[in-house]
Amino acid sequence: MDILNGLVVLANFVIVPATAYGAQLALGALGVTLIYGILRFSNFAHGDTMAFGTMAVILPTWGLQALGINLGPLPTALLALPIGIGITALLLLGTDRLVYRFYRAKKAVPVIFVIASLGVMFIMNGLVRFVIGPDDQRFSDGERFLISARNFREMTGLAEGLAIRTTQVITVVVAVIVVAVLFWFLNRTRTGKSMRAYSDNEDLALLSGINPERVVMYTWLMVAALATIAGTLYGLDKSFKPFTYFQLLLPIFAAAIVGGLGNPLGAIAGGFVIAFAEVTITYPLKKVLGYFLPETLAPDGLVQLLSTDYKFAVSFVILIIVLLFRPTGLFKGKAV
Amino acid sequence: MNLRAVLLFTFVLMLFVGTGIVQSWNVALTIFNMGLVSAIMALGVNMQWGYAGLFNVGVMGFVALGGLGAVLVSMPPNTEALAAGGVRVVAGLALGGATVIAAILAWSRAGRWGGWAVAAILLVGFFIFRTVLDPGVQAVEAVNPASAGNIGGLGLPVLLAWPVGGLLAAGAAWVIGKTALGLRSDYLAIATLGIAEIVIAILKNEDWLARGVKNVIGLPRPVPYEIDLQNSAGFVELATELGADPVTASSIAVKLAYSGLFIVILLGLLWLAQAALASPWGRMMRAIRDNEVAAEAMGKDVTARHLQIFVLGSAVCGLAGAMMTTLDGQLTPGTYQPLRYTFLIWVMVIVGGSGNNFGAVLGGFLVWWLWVQVEPLGALLMDAITAGMADGSWLKGHLLESVAHMRLLTMGLVLLLVLRFSPRGLLPER
Repeated sequence: MDILNGLVVLANFVIVPATAYGAQLALGALGVTLIYGILRFSNFAHGDTMAFGTMAVILPTWGLQALGINLGPLPTALLALPIGIGITALLLLGTDRLVYRFYRAKKAVPVIFVIASLGVMFIMNGLVRFVIGPDDQRFSDGERFLISARNFREMTGLAEGLAIRTTQVITVVVAVIVVAVLFWFLNRTRTGKSMRAYSDNEDLALLSGINPERVVMYTWLMVAALATIAGTLYGLDKSFKPFTYFQLLLPIFAAAIVGGLGNPLGAIAGGFVIAFAEVTITYPLKKVLGYFLPETLAPDGLVQLLSTDYKFAVSFVILIIVLLFRPTGLFKGKAV
Repeated sequence: MNLRAVLLFTFVLMLFVGTGIVQSWNVALTIFNMGLVSAIMALGVNMQWGYAGLFNVGVMGFVALGGLGAVLVSMPPNTEALAAGGVRVVAGLALGGATVIAAILAWSRAGRWGGWAVAAILLVGFFIFRTVLDPGVQAVEAVNPASAGNIGGLGLPVLLAWPVGGLLAAGAAWVIGKTALGLRSDYLAIATLGIAEIVIAILKNEDWLARGVKNVIGLPRPVPYEIDLQNSAGFVELATELGADPVTASSIAVKLAYSGLFIVILLGLLWLAQAALASPWGRMMRAIRDNEVAAEAMGKDVTARHLQIFVLGSAVCGLAGAMMTTLDGQLTPGTYQPLRYTFLIWVMVIVGGSGNNFGAVLGGFLVWWLWVQVEPLGALLMDAITAGMADGSWLKGHLLESVAHMRLLTMGLVLLLVLRFSPRGLLPER
């Protein structure tokens, strides 16, 4: 019984939240890694793209809520998602036209793209704060729990409860669907194949008649969808605050690099590695160990390895370890 | 310095003089002093980016470390807290350092089980570190937490703290550089971004070090206090003779004293930077920047030179951070935002002209002035736009409220426009 209780505590406080967080990071890292693979630069504006996309979902969500349209137990934001993706796609295509295309035509070095993305980051950040303000916004509605801690206890008769929030389940389900569609697109469709070809060897791809502007356009469209979905899921699960999204940049980059920049599969793995490490290391494991260990060995302290304020340190340390020992990432990424 | 530089510097000077006339000399001098600090930060980033092409987006962390240096050197020691837990804290930190060194040594002579040995050393070391450090930290934080709760500093003159702040930043830069330099340029960017966040997290949470978000206030000053000036008969007499109100005159005099100190340091650094750039070392740096492969083939140790310039540039940022903390008279970790302390400095360097020290200084002054003044200018603009709207309408209120965020939009726009139409900046390298 003790072991079961311990497992439930672990699942409740570590496994379930980390899975949801990992899925959100993986979607964010996929966007970063796609841009890196096709356009060949690290996009510092990605966190703010996610913030913009989420804002573009929140505003129609509020509109739908005001009209009384909803999805019943599911959050209304899912209904507004396509609108948000569309708006974000327009913004990203516009940015590409106005900013990045010029440097692409000039064949500028990657770091110039990165600096340009800093400028884009400033503008998007300002835009989001201008429209929706810098404060916390809540927009989730519908059923709050799939299983609440109390129901779980009554169902199983265990001493510990396991709460699973609707948003956590939605996050994982949506992430699985998105990743499946993405991989189907990249591996099976003509456009997806041309994107991979372009990413592998630009010159050869151009020689075989692939239109680079088309590839770039599809990349931005996919990035818009990924960033908006990742941002919305994160906002549903936690809450929306522009500055938090900016700070997500670090774990997202860490995930993309840990997995291997430019490698979509790596981005997903990296997202989960970072999320599980962050949650495990910053969660006080006293209760879990208390169930698993014999009474005499039960720990006195909280066994919280680091306080939650240091969660950035966790992604950072993992990043440094990977950089030192496997600079191309767990899955082989590009080494330019 | 050519004609273009002279004209541009005159233009920036006119901006400050104009601010003095239109708003007040107090405001103009406040902006000017922060402009001096910004110019020094820009100089540091320009060394890394302009001389060597290193992309450091952790400026905020180095600036904050400089501020920490100012606190640790200049504040009086908190003897009671030191007696309560000082030994344990020092011992804990020493053990933590010893663990890392032991792990590195074990790795360097690693045999078959090297990886496991390193992991074991780190794990055991971490728990010993926490068991020794934590009670010490609690003891220190328990001493008078409302007004202190930290270990205090060394009680030395604050001017001495400035180079120490630079040294702290240089130490952090050395560690980062050792790991991330020699890899791809993007990796250095991400690594510096991370270290900056961690430095701020440490400053916010380690109350025993510098009181965390409770802030350290009342740092000693290198210049006289306004109130002392107002009480000195000589100063009041001088002020009345000049036809000024003694209160205003005292605050202007203090600001001028800071300006004087900062100008001396800026000019000194500028001279050093120019001399270095013109020396064989400077030529080597530019050769490495322009073609790493060729420079390496000529026998230059690219990674070592990169590490050197990275540490130097970060030290300059740390120095500026210590100066800024002294100017503010307080260390407030909650106010360190990457947009303000990292990316704004980058805008200064790019706008001023990367690779040109005078350009970085010009960018520092110009962009800082713009950053401060965009808000009142934006407010005027918004007033004009919303003048026709009905009072109390939702849109009008929202627009007027949003003025504060115009800064970010403007800075992004300035950066993109300069990068596109004048990529070498206002004062090109040559």
